[in-house]
Amino acid sequence: MSFLSRAPAPAWPLAAPADDGPGNPWFSWRYVHDNADEILSALQFHAGLTARAVIIALIVALPLAVVAYWWRPLTGPILALSGVLYTIPSLALLALIAPAVGTTRDTSVLIALVLYALLVLVRNALAGLTQVPGEVRDAAAGMGYGRFGRLVRIELPLALPGILTGLRLATVSTVALVTVGSLIGQGGLGDMILGGFRNNFYKAEILTGAILCVALALVLDLALAGIGRLLTPWTRERRS
Amino acid sequence: MNYFHEGIVWLNDPLNWTNPGGLLERLQEHLVISLWAVLLGCAIGWPLGIWLGHRGRGGGAVITVANLTLALPTLALLTILPLTPLGFGKPPVVVALAVFAVPPLLANAYTGLRQIDPETREAARGMGLSGGQVLRQVELPLSVPYLAAGLRTAAVQVVATAALAAFVNGGGLGEIISAGFGIGMSNGGGGQIVAGGIVVAGLALLVEGILALVQRLVTPRPLRTRRRRRPSAAAPAA
Repeated sequence: MSFLSRAPAPAWPLAAPADDGPGNPWFSWRYVHDNADEILSALQFHAGLTARAVIIALIVALPLAVVAYWWRPLTGPILALSGVLYTIPSLALLALIAPAVGTTRDTSVLIALVLYALLVLVRNALAGLTQVPGEVRDAAAGMGYGRFGRLVRIELPLALPGILTGLRLATVSTVALVTVGSLIGQGGLGDMILGGFRNNFYKAEILTGAILCVALALVLDLALAGIGRLLTPWTRERRS
Repeated sequence: MNYFHEGIVWLNDPLNWTNPGGLLERLQEHLVISLWAVLLGCAIGWPLGIWLGHRGRGGGAVITVANLTLALPTLALLTILPLTPLGFGKPPVVVALAVFAVPPLLANAYTGLRQIDPETREAARGMGLSGGQVLRQVELPLSVPYLAAGLRTAAVQVVATAALAAFVNGGGLGEIISAGFGIGMSNGGGGQIVAGGIVVAGLALLVEGILALVQRLVTPRPLRTRRRRRPSAAAPAA
């Protein structure tokens, strides 16, 4: 019990934001308060980069999944190619892209993130598409839908749960991966984490960055889960 | 392609391999760190996953753990752990990497034991095997393919993320890349950065290939054919 009594209860940071005590605390409201602008801009950069990467990856992945779905022989090569891209470490990918693209802008990080998110999105979209029951497909064909109409009106909506699962996984892992961009100083919250480490191991900066990173991932995940519930009401009815 | 050429030139200089802090030394560091991390991950993930799978509960917890670690940036753990009593150097890096190795090992071990046909388990029970005997003689052999798949995923991930250890001076091949950035892109560092990227990527692909082969070899022949048949059985339905 001695270690409990050593920490006085009123020192809870919420109550006394001005006093963090001596040394190097793990968390400091004072740091957050004094650097609010910087933290917010890092968070904004992080969220923006994540959103751009996931949206671009989705725009690339959906046609790939449809191509793999329509022409079965292409399924293997498409999955294999995105699998190889996924296996290449993010840092190596960034090291290969950054010298060619330049490090002054976040383009190279964006490219690496898009390539990384591809596999998850393609695989889940493809799984969603192949799960569409054969009878549904036959019924749609019998109603006179062409290949394209059937895809847009029947198969893609039915594949939505799979696509959304992929989207959620890709978003969460992209949020974590953006931090690798701090290799070239384009890592958003990752820059904060690494900056704190290099700045004499300033724990408050490191932990604030890490907490915001995890929180951003969870918030985006919950938001996408909510959107998914709104978009696919039939899955809810079946469950209840 | 200019930088790519420079990278190849850098790789062709033998001194870049044998110098102190050169490729060979970094490669060795990288492999040692990765090996310890995977071993530590196995020591935690497998017993836990096998136990949960054997008992048939805790599936929700396994999924939650896997999803939570997905949201956790590797960089955060790599920077936080050295500031804990673990101290600086290799131990915090090994622990950080092991944290990311546990979820695939745990999840695959759990799935491996849960996918076994309940009737097989019932039959083993009916033959008078005790719980431990069922685990050792029936469940574990049948879940070997899943254990191997988990090991493969975890090992490739560890080898890939071990490159990030360079951020905290933890050694490994990532040091080559960050040293290249230290030299500066215009002073010939670009070639070294690309070279480091090529080596790290090549190592990850190599480990993936070798472990895929190992996975195939340790899978008993009957299970192997069944797994191969599964995709073709799904094809006519689609």
